[in-house]
Amino acid sequence: MKAKRVYAIVLRQFYLMRGSLSRAIPLFAWVTVDMLLWGFLTRYLNTVAAAGFSFVATMLGCVLLWDFFMRVMQGVTMAFFEDVWSRNFLNLFASPLTIWEYLGGLVASAIVTSSIGLAAMLLLAGFAFGLSFTVYGLMLAPFVAVLFIFGIALGIVGTSLVLRLGPASEWFVWPIPALIAPFAGVFYPLSTLPPWMRVVSRLLPPAYVFESMRSIVLTGHVSPWPAAAGAALAAAYLAAACWIFERTFRYAVRSGLIARYSAESVS
Amino acid sequence: MKNGKALMDKILSVEGLRKEFGAVSAVDGVSFDVGPGEIVGLLGPNGAGKTTTITMILGVLEPTVGQVRIEGRERMNFAAVYTPLPGNLTVTENLRVFGLIYGVDDLSARIEALVREFDLGRYADTKAGHLSSGEQTRLCLAKAMLNSPRLLLLDEPTASLDPSVAREIRAKIKAFVAGGTSGVLWTSHNMHEVEEVCDRVLFLSHGKILLQGDPRTLPGQHGHKTLEDLFVAVAREPLSYEG
Repeated sequence: MKAKRVYAIVLRQFYLMRGSLSRAIPLFAWVTVDMLLWGFLTRYLNTVAAAGFSFVATMLGCVLLWDFFMRVMQGVTMAFFEDVWSRNFLNLFASPLTIWEYLGGLVASAIVTSSIGLAAMLLLAGFAFGLSFTVYGLMLAPFVAVLFIFGIALGIVGTSLVLRLGPASEWFVWPIPALIAPFAGVFYPLSTLPPWMRVVSRLLPPAYVFESMRSIVLTGHVSPWPAAAGAALAAAYLAAACWIFERTFRYAVRSGLIARYSAESVS
Repeated sequence: MKNGKALMDKILSVEGLRKEFGAVSAVDGVSFDVGPGEIVGLLGPNGAGKTTTITMILGVLEPTVGQVRIEGRERMNFAAVYTPLPGNLTVTENLRVFGLIYGVDDLSARIEALVREFDLGRYADTKAGHLSSGEQTRLCLAKAMLNSPRLLLLDEPTASLDPSVAREIRAKIKAFVAGGTSGVLWTSHNMHEVEEVCDRVLFLSHGKILLQGDPRTLPGQHGHKTLEDLFVAVAREPLSYEG
């Protein structure tokens, strides 16, 4: 893997952002809207809930990290869609660029864009609603890492789906976080869910993160094992996602999909 | 695909290349070479298998059977009329991104030289999507020359250029190949262009090479006055040229 080629993919994303307000603004706009909406909602809930329980620390913290997870996933898929929309695959894959360098570039782009979104959310949630992540202490780093790795994995699966089924299938990718959210326990404890849904939850790394976050806020301590289980699951999903992408790419080369790939020619 | 380091006298070697899509053979047992200092024309009617052959050489389509030997993707480049560069990047941005991908040394100087050579100076900061089709073609050619490739694949490179610019481009490519270290595989439907540029042509029809030879003498050998007449005859009655 050559760093220069990975950098080329990141640079391309930077050029796109720099030259287009419609690409740069969404980095801040939606996270701002989300923070304002959930910030005011949690502030209101604090006024009607039992004294001593902070919705800001529990719910707004979880919403913030869930938003971060979505930005990571979209960071990968959006960078990929730019190449779909500009019909750039032949230019890229007829070059010395390997699929791992390409994927590395997509992931690096996602790191940059999601970090910008995370910083914006942290500032807004901190200044406007008094959310402090110091309550989570050192556990915050593994929480962010688990969500980041799982977001990357889902982003790679999303790109594989579009690579295999064509540009129109991007509409399958957008709702993936919404499908996962009810099982991940972002807004409520997993004990709220019926048993069959809890079985699915145990397979999802974010569920471990959000349960642990609630545990810290409510009890002041947390076992490291759920976070470790979430990290192991996220790593397994990432490995599986890379395998799926590699297989899908091979199929696309064998079947001629890469060569024919364009918004017009592939449904 | 094999990256043969000991090709020496061949920049590209294609052996028994076949591509089947279901029951259809798009390319059927094609073999040919391109040597240094040589421009080889790949001719044929629409659907003959030219682009399929080129995409297999580029490594973006896996052959069903057969081998493609090149020196390495770092030493190859291409320009095709159906593959514009991203329209949402400027001329310079496109060249910088692809220059990094191809590992071009002293990239800024190389970009400056190519922008000048392909008369893109006025558009250096213009988004590629805002260029005319001819200007986009020149940009694609500039990108194709970024790494001074040993093997250059050109799929209808002058299709959208006016005659004056097309002549300039032909002259540039000929001068590039005259250096004796690079070779070109060139597809075109402009037979006058092929006669002017190509040292050798391969006539492809239904995925097979039916004829090959010098474009200036080949028509006479088959009872035709011009290369265009021969092209039309091969396209209409490929069976009479088979075997």
